[in-house]
Amino acid sequence: MRPTPSRLLNILVPVKRAVDYAVKIRVNSSQTGVDLNVKHSMNPFDEIAVEEAVRLREKHKSDIKSIKAFTIGPPKSVETLRTALAMGADSAVHVELPESAPSPEPLSVAKAIRSYIGKQESEGGVDVVILGKQSIDDDLGQTGQMLAGLLGWGQATYASKVELDLGKKEALVTREIDGGHEEVRVKLPMVVTTDLRLNEPRYASLPNIMKAKKKPVEKLKPEDLGVDFTPIIETLKVSEPPKRVGGGKVESVDELVEKLKEHGFTAV
Amino acid sequence: MRPRPVCFARPLFARAYASPSSPHALLFLDHRKGVIDPGSLSALTAASQLGGQVTGLVVGANDHVSSVLEKAKSLKGLTSLLHSTSDIYAEPLPETISPLLEKILSGSEYTHVVSTPSSLAKSILPRVAAKLDVPAVSEITSLEHDSASNSTTFTRPIYAGNAIATVRLPSTVPVKFFTVRGTSFDAAPSEDGKDIPVQAVDPVEVSSPTQHVSTKIAKSDRPELSVASRVVSGGRPLKNAETFAAILYPLADALGAAVGASRAAVDAGYADNSLQVGQTGKAVAPELYIALGISGAIQHLAGMKDSKLIVADPDAPIFQVADIGLVGDLFEVVPQMVEKLKQ
Repeated sequence: MRPTPSRLLNILVPVKRAVDYAVKIRVNSSQTGVDLNVKHSMNPFDEIAVEEAVRLREKHKSDIKSIKAFTIGPPKSVETLRTALAMGADSAVHVELPESAPSPEPLSVAKAIRSYIGKQESEGGVDVVILGKQSIDDDLGQTGQMLAGLLGWGQATYASKVELDLGKKEALVTREIDGGHEEVRVKLPMVVTTDLRLNEPRYASLPNIMKAKKKPVEKLKPEDLGVDFTPIIETLKVSEPPKRVGGGKVESVDELVEKLKEHGFTAV
Repeated sequence: MRPRPVCFARPLFARAYASPSSPHALLFLDHRKGVIDPGSLSALTAASQLGGQVTGLVVGANDHVSSVLEKAKSLKGLTSLLHSTSDIYAEPLPETISPLLEKILSGSEYTHVVSTPSSLAKSILPRVAAKLDVPAVSEITSLEHDSASNSTTFTRPIYAGNAIATVRLPSTVPVKFFTVRGTSFDAAPSEDGKDIPVQAVDPVEVSSPTQHVSTKIAKSDRPELSVASRVVSGGRPLKNAETFAAILYPLADALGAAVGASRAAVDAGYADNSLQVGQTGKAVAPELYIALGISGAIQHLAGMKDSKLIVADPDAPIFQVADIGLVGDLFEVVPQMVEKLKQ
């Protein structure tokens, strides 16, 4: 039996191009930011988000109508979208910012996503937005919650397991919380943010990378979404963290315990 | 020179506009079932440094709220308390608590909203900030409020702690949201015989799209990781959950330390997720941090390099931040340490 159209889900996955997690970053000499002339890749939490969207389709097959990747950033951000497409997203949207534009803040990103979702109403809307829980560059961890707030949707942050119940139009989500985890039942449409434990993202195969080159990428300008990406938070300075002085090596457990005791660390 | 003539020409306007309004922070006092999250005490210290009033907000079920209020009343730096009690808050959800915060903040005199970066507060605060159309600043490590310009300047780590950003929320942001890294501020102490006004706020009934189903908290008698003064952390070489426990726990117990873990150890299932130390886990800054079988990836260092004394393997990258290093087979070294510490 063919599912009724109302049960077909559209998933939106906002992704961010960030400095690769393995790069040792350097603060620039003018202390205005970090040297960005280094390897970039998709924010690791966003890879998990794309993977989850693709797995949901593998599980629910044709009930998932579309998986769309979305990014806001300079021209090179399109590479990040291609990665998402190679992992299994169907199409992508690139809100292009000038090369020199400052990184947009979570609030404006959330507004842009809300605006885009509004434009999708005629295409069947968006039912699930899956985002990373934080980007590893600004480490703010706010966009998903802000988006859910702006839309008035349910939110499941720090998800480690997502089970969709398409009949009931809801999801059972396990969330990582301080000291353990909790389960929540969220009505669709909803916003999910991914924790590391949600899944292990796949590597895109060469054929899929080739196919991704033919998948559609829609280009938008900030004006198309009516969002001003000028930062509100003023960055006054970016500096190196204080350096630790190198320590000393001890040769034996006796010596180590002696040192610990010298510093006042004894058994309780 | 420029603004002066204008000020003199319209002294009343200038006065009304430029007279510094005293900061008034709303502190979201996070608690679990009536026990205050220790990070909230550090957040209170940070909020006090704004130089104005600090109102604590306690939300929850009746019993829980009353036990939090009892403790909170005497906290140094709090000038008043608000509480909202309802069964709908017994299992806190952003969808149910956010409307309450919006109500409290709308048209109010609050200039700042402060909290510890607990998983609950991190889920709620950005949601509320967006509804108020203001940005938020996460995990600040220092702050300075300028009443004259009504701007607040913060420092916060970015790029996994490999850079420190100094950022300012300008006067155009009427309510300034921020979370406070607990390891950078002392916990606010209690003061005897303190009496502050306590006021109830009606709960906001909303039809939440989200329902709580169940909660599982990993039980432990050891100190809470993020506030422990000593931490013993283990990595992948600990082989499995059994050896992780068998090796680490006796040392942690001998030192009265909390147990932490690297991402590798958590991913391999040796330890609960909530024990992960690092950029995406907990940030710790204990007096003593002992890293066992942890190489020291950037992401792990992000969570522990502010510790006072670090003990680690000198052959691993983590030794770049360590004070004392010992090379050895941890399966032999650690039991010896336990024995010798106890002597």
